[in-house]
Amino acid sequence: MDIAEPWAIAAAAAGATTPALDVVWDALSTVPDPEIPVISIVELGIVRNVAWNDGRLQVDVTPTYSGCPATEMIATLVRERLAAIGVHAVDLVQRLSPPWSTDWIAPEAKAKLNAFGIAPPHVTVGRVDVSGISPLRHAAKAIPCPRCGSTETKLLSQFGSTACKAQYRCTACLEPFDYFKPH
Amino acid sequence: MNREEALFEYLLRLGDTDVVLAQRLGEWIGHGPVLEEDIALANVGLDLIGQGRLWLALAGEVEACSKGAGRSEDQLAFLRDGSAFRNLQLVEMPNGDFAMTMARQFYFDHAHLLSLRALARSTEARIAEIAAKAVKEVTYHVERSADWVIRLGDGTDESHARMQKALDALWPYTGEMFVTDAVDVALIDAGIAADARTLREPWLAAVRPVLDEATLALPAGQWMQGSGGRGGKQGVHTEHLGHLLTEMQHLQRTYPGAQW
Repeated sequence: MDIAEPWAIAAAAAGATTPALDVVWDALSTVPDPEIPVISIVELGIVRNVAWNDGRLQVDVTPTYSGCPATEMIATLVRERLAAIGVHAVDLVQRLSPPWSTDWIAPEAKAKLNAFGIAPPHVTVGRVDVSGISPLRHAAKAIPCPRCGSTETKLLSQFGSTACKAQYRCTACLEPFDYFKPH
Repeated sequence: MNREEALFEYLLRLGDTDVVLAQRLGEWIGHGPVLEEDIALANVGLDLIGQGRLWLALAGEVEACSKGAGRSEDQLAFLRDGSAFRNLQLVEMPNGDFAMTMARQFYFDHAHLLSLRALARSTEARIAEIAAKAVKEVTYHVERSADWVIRLGDGTDESHARMQKALDALWPYTGEMFVTDAVDVALIDAGIAADARTLREPWLAAVRPVLDEATLALPAGQWMQGSGGRGGKQGVHTEHLGHLLTEMQHLQRTYPGAQW
């Protein structure tokens, strides 16, 4: 264990295998999302709750998309990180409700996404209700290019490198980029 | 048939439909017309696999409650024969050309979304939460397939002709999405299942304007496959399902219980 890590120092100070919940949160905040390593799983909003139950740590995690292939990788990373602060009795619980929303991504994390070259999601409030069905061409939105800031951008595909992103191209600087879809 | 048995059947219908369509979409991987489409088809398939896993896992739990032992999602997906599958016939239809794939997706996505929106109000909390999650994903599927129908329909003479031909060919398989049998009715009465009979009108209302904009005609045929209560939901399938399962189940049939 690298004791220079803040969460490790805190764990050592706690001197127990049942560290306080803020220590647990700090530790989980250092677990990067496997597909978007620039933000943590806590910033992504998929760790919904942590709680001690009779000496066992329950961690509630919600998937971004039902078929997200990173789900099992995330579970492994969480267990590894918690083991590093001495927590071995961990129950990972998958929570589907309420369904994950990009609105749960912290504002600072959205800035990190943008700096990383991924256009961050808009808030989902006001998203077209599709009971009335809206083909894409009617729902065009101005997505600013994360590189040059131009809103002269064009949708290439509704799906990008992962299910949670769409592919865009900036017609000003000509660079392609990913857009984290509001969800 | 008691409530648990009906619920098990109903969950298989939901799960099998997702899994079979996901397998069809997966057949496009490495064969898409352009890279973006290859990725998009795979991603739609991935969403459906995720949803299918949730439905089948729940089906296994319900089976355990009613019979004392339940199968896992993998056992259900990979170790059942074709006649035990409960998917809609529409989704087992071969990919054909890109127009055929998108017509199948277009018909299904709109009905899928309507069904999930109704299921999100199910009195069975586990069903409601899976449906609420899936609604968000399927919203993208609906936008995408509608967009493609418009692009191909209102495209070249060739793409228009192929899109119309695909819509006509698959039309008789759409009726099954809007009929119910004793399994459905028992669960509809209990507030658990979506009432498919009420979805046909909203489905037509959603599909029609897209076809109008695409300069395509809504097929007029009245005869529907499986409408007599003997369709995919009852385990009666086209000749295509067996071939699909042969490929999908190959590994688990050869090495039962194999784990990654």
